[in-house]
Amino acid sequence: MSDFNRRKFLEGSASVAAAATLGTGATVFAPAIHAQTLQLKPEKGAKLRVLRWSRFVQGDIDAYMANVKKFTEKTGIEVRVDNESWEDVRPKAAVAANTGAGADIILSTNDDANLYPDKLVDMTDLCDYLGKKYGGWYPACEAFLRPDGKKWIGVPLGGTGSMIVYRDSMLKAAGFNAVPRDTDGFLRMFKALKEKGTPGGMALGHATGDCGWTQWLIWAFGGALVDKNNKVTIDSPETLKALEYGKELYPNFVPGTLSWLDPNNNKAFLDSQISITNNGISIYYAAKNSQDPKIKEMAADINHAPFPVGPVGQPTEYHLFFNQMVMKYTKYPQAAKEFLRFMMEEEQFGGWMQAAGGYISQPLRAYEKNSVWTVDPKHMAYRDSVKNLRPAGYAGRLGYASAGALADFIVQDMVAEAISGSKTPKEAMERAQKRAERYYKV
Amino acid sequence: MLERLQNNRNALGLLFMLPAAVLLLLFLTYPLGLGVWLGFTDAKVGRGGEWVGLENYEFLWGDSVTRLALFNTLFYTVVASVLKFVFGLWLALLLNRNIRLKSFFRAVILLPYIVPTALSAIAFWWIYDSQFSIISWVLVKLGLIDRYIDFLGEPWNARISTIVANVWRGVPFVAITLLAGLQTISPSYYEASAIDGATPWQQFRYVTLPLLTPIIAVVMTFSVLFTFTDFQLIYVLTRGGPLNATHLMATLSFQRAISGGALGEGAAIAIAMVPFLLAAIMFSYFGLQRRAWQQGGKD
Repeated sequence: MSDFNRRKFLEGSASVAAAATLGTGATVFAPAIHAQTLQLKPEKGAKLRVLRWSRFVQGDIDAYMANVKKFTEKTGIEVRVDNESWEDVRPKAAVAANTGAGADIILSTNDDANLYPDKLVDMTDLCDYLGKKYGGWYPACEAFLRPDGKKWIGVPLGGTGSMIVYRDSMLKAAGFNAVPRDTDGFLRMFKALKEKGTPGGMALGHATGDCGWTQWLIWAFGGALVDKNNKVTIDSPETLKALEYGKELYPNFVPGTLSWLDPNNNKAFLDSQISITNNGISIYYAAKNSQDPKIKEMAADINHAPFPVGPVGQPTEYHLFFNQMVMKYTKYPQAAKEFLRFMMEEEQFGGWMQAAGGYISQPLRAYEKNSVWTVDPKHMAYRDSVKNLRPAGYAGRLGYASAGALADFIVQDMVAEAISGSKTPKEAMERAQKRAERYYKV
Repeated sequence: MLERLQNNRNALGLLFMLPAAVLLLLFLTYPLGLGVWLGFTDAKVGRGGEWVGLENYEFLWGDSVTRLALFNTLFYTVVASVLKFVFGLWLALLLNRNIRLKSFFRAVILLPYIVPTALSAIAFWWIYDSQFSIISWVLVKLGLIDRYIDFLGEPWNARISTIVANVWRGVPFVAITLLAGLQTISPSYYEASAIDGATPWQQFRYVTLPLLTPIIAVVMTFSVLFTFTDFQLIYVLTRGGPLNATHLMATLSFQRAISGGALGEGAAIAIAMVPFLLAAIMFSYFGLQRRAWQQGGKD
């Protein structure tokens, strides 16, 4: 995967460089030049149903629905949008794929599309068009939605960064001006924060999104669930080092993190019970837009930082990734593609990103220039989330096995068991290895 | 011919049963059969499976999480069912008395049962929150504890907390059904036994309990089945955590089959629940409902 990604990265970089040479803005956002490369003919009388995850930030859904309305006005195609909690979209999409009935377009997460690639409409023409027009896709997009390196099985929508969110004043009180960029410093900071009575905390329960930091932990020390050949390698000396590090980190967490699901750290952070956690930008967004003056005031004290780099020597970030899948059973594949094309064009996508206040990180390089990243310096930490994203199936290929292993909380449970002392690191690794081998047997 | 059929009791009986039979076949037998079949395959979401015989069951037998889920399910079911029965019977006996505002209390007692499970689970989620628990807050304010209780973050605490939530929710069903049973017992039995000098305990032991047994059998069968197959409460409260300590067979089956895409394995977990459920039904049917025993016979 790495070689493939490097190649794609160079291709993407080259296209951005070419665009820059010719005059960045004008070339990258010149629809007329490339618009003729994609001819879509929406079916007569087409009506579309979209199933998407419920908004995390209000601006997202408001802008999304405004774009949907614009699309209907322009094309006459009616679009019904259903919202589900993002963790419930996966089972609904799976059932739809299995039974051949349901929404025409499904906005899902992570490697869902790899569970049923043959049930999805080939999106290669649309992705090629968008990629060429907007400076290329980030490597992670291809890893998620172009599993064979040729055919796109969905259109990347973007991602939600899981970054370090912290209270500036509390960090300073503990003797730190910024979040350290190395794991040793990170541990020292957690210890200092606890000593000051302002501990941090990161989720260790079955939190689908916020437990992603456990992936960072393993990767930061060179561990991985599988190698490039999809051989399970989680029971390794590197993972052991990561778990030993986690055992030192965990006692500095606020009590109760073993039970934390996705909303817990947001609540604890906004209530000033923790000084640092990992999250999307939604905490900051909620504080900024709060009606409560006390919480609104807190926004000035909130800041963001990337996860530290471990002994492995490179960033090992894990973020939430969003797909757009057109189901093969749809009666209106052309209309569905046209809808996705419309929503991904700068005119719509740019405004949507801004409305979401940094919650959505772009999948296409050209959108790095979106003003949402510069309008508030605190947004910037999230800009490169998709660019730096590692899928949970790292370092192997994505597919049924990686999706299953992630959904079954194999890494999360292993880390929770080991660092809480419920199992020895060795026992936890062995169990994770056995469980993962079951998925990767396919 | 048609006229003969119209006058044939057997033919008409079959005809009238047909819609119900079709519904049962379609929505009960077929899914169950499909589940059994899937349990013997390596089916994944989005793709059919190959026959693998007992492979899924062999793996699950050696899988520590599945074993833990089985233990959790049995513990959860036994403890919650016993508590629901004890509290339900106690409440039913209280509500059967001539107390003031009887109708009001009977209506109020049903509240936990009519609130959607997901909503009551969310309420408990807040009650048990590691940072915001009202219980912990009150106990701290009263000076009884000095740090918040980790209701859902410690395995045994989490097991007990989920059982308490389940009992709170399930007691009204048991209480109201037993109350209905109590209402059917003629007061003349109590009058006769009082004349014979029976104490309240003897009246309960030798009048109430035997006459209530058929209802107890039915209500406890349902209670055990509902508890054993509980899903929503656990899914909202803990998602099976911490450290899989509250995973029930139903939640684990969902996690592996739907979220994880391992349909075959998930189906096998679900089917593995069937023998336990059948045992519960058999116990009720052959044990508690023996008519001779109910009527004071020896068996």
